[in-house]
Amino acid sequence: MIYFNKVSKYYNDSYPALAGVDFVVSPGEFVTIVGHSGAGKSTLIKMILADEKPSEGSVFFESLDIGRLRGRDLINLRRRIGTVFQDFRLLPNKTAYENIAFAMEAAGKTDEEIESDVPHVLDLVDLGHKIFSFPHEMSGGERQRLAIARAIINQPEMIIADEPTGNLDPINTYEVVQILKKINDLGTTVILTTHNKGVVDSIGKRVITMEKGKIVRDDKAGSYVL
Amino acid sequence: MFWLSVRRIIRSGLNNFSRNTFVSFSSIMVVTITLSVIAGLIFLQAILQSSLNEIKSKVDVSIYFIPTAQEESILSLKSSIEQLPEVATVEYIDAEKALSDFREKHKDDYLTLQALDELDENPLGAYLNIKAKEASQYESIARFLEGSSPVIQDAASIIEKINYNQNKIVIDKLISIIDSANTLGFLVTLIFVIISIIITFNTIRLNIYMAREEIGVMRLVGAGAHIVRGPFMVEGALYGLIATGATTLIFLPITYWLGNKMTAFFGMNLFDYYIANFFQIFLIVLASGVILGSISSFLAVRKYLNK
Repeated sequence: MIYFNKVSKYYNDSYPALAGVDFVVSPGEFVTIVGHSGAGKSTLIKMILADEKPSEGSVFFESLDIGRLRGRDLINLRRRIGTVFQDFRLLPNKTAYENIAFAMEAAGKTDEEIESDVPHVLDLVDLGHKIFSFPHEMSGGERQRLAIARAIINQPEMIIADEPTGNLDPINTYEVVQILKKINDLGTTVILTTHNKGVVDSIGKRVITMEKGKIVRDDKAGSYVL
Repeated sequence: MFWLSVRRIIRSGLNNFSRNTFVSFSSIMVVTITLSVIAGLIFLQAILQSSLNEIKSKVDVSIYFIPTAQEESILSLKSSIEQLPEVATVEYIDAEKALSDFREKHKDDYLTLQALDELDENPLGAYLNIKAKEASQYESIARFLEGSSPVIQDAASIIEKINYNQNKIVIDKLISIIDSANTLGFLVTLIFVIISIIITFNTIRLNIYMAREEIGVMRLVGAGAHIVRGPFMVEGALYGLIATGATTLIFLPITYWLGNKMTAFFGMNLFDYYIANFFQIFLIVLASGVILGSISSFLAVRKYLNK
């Protein structure tokens, strides 16, 4: 599904953020990427989202060369991927309902579909009672669950979660990880980056370990080893 | 799908507008100032135009006839002059009218009136007052009057004098003042409008700079450019719409006060002018506000759309 082909990324003259990275993510996989800060995890995620272009090599989403996508093709790619970030990246002036409705509107859904699906997905992440709350009226855990609800509403083929538990307490961290596992169990590919050893060990699935822009370990059912 | 999209964009723009009250208020203030400058310039142009028309109406070329000149000859010359394309009006003042005008003009000058009474006959002849369509056309009218066309040749014996040459310096000066005032007025207008547009554009750009992360999130969830840009343009147009209301309201008491106090100075009543031209001024200000607000938003968002 995702194919990194000898991908390198250089910023200015410093050492490479990514150096000859090669790996494949198959459909339905749950891949956790671990590594210290500056190891290249976020650069790797940005390349899948076409937020950064490789200096060398190519990144493919199925047969699409992500680095070459423009305009409408880029929008279509982003609609196939749901994203969850450490800083939530919610729309601050929209309510929980409107944040999710916006993602559906962007995908061209009808008002009827939006009215029926949004309350349902908010119930799924246990935010049914916060439907008209703004992000600033919600706790960190609630915001992250809202971000997950937004990520899954259009039933994407893949979820990318970039350090989603970084700002959360252990209880909320556990809840978020459980939701991601459930999403994966339903067949959606999940790519998760994290620093949290507890999170990695509790998932018990494929772990890619990065160091200085390179993949140093790729374990099928790994744990956090650094 | 198109109308659904338009409806959603308008709803989203209205929501953003009402939920960012401080940003909306400050933007409306800036746009109101800009529109006030534009409206002020409309009034300035009107005052300038009215003053120029006032000055222009005071300039004319007169042909004085000898007292014994026949009225038919004068009227025949009058109709010939009226044929000239440069001529706006030709007024015939007969000898009696010339005399009564003279008496009216010198009603406080006892000595002159007494001297006039001593005379048995009316010493004044009839004359023609010629007004040109443009101040610059007086010279060509004068050339015609001093030329050798048959009409003038026939009338030469009854013409006492043509006063163009006495007025020439004043007329030339007036032409140059009118030209300079027009050029200066246009330049000042242009500079003020450009400054106002830059201030408004930068205010809106600052608002959108603050929303740049929001734009990034919208792009990340797969929103097309029009879905991201549309609500900001609606917000910008709303700033223009409300600022238009504020500007037109502000100018009501201002022009009313100026109309009461400054009519003699301006040579026109600004309040009457405002009321008489309210619809046109409202439309100009509205179009400026809405176009300025929405185009500024369009340009400011574009910078963040490609990221």
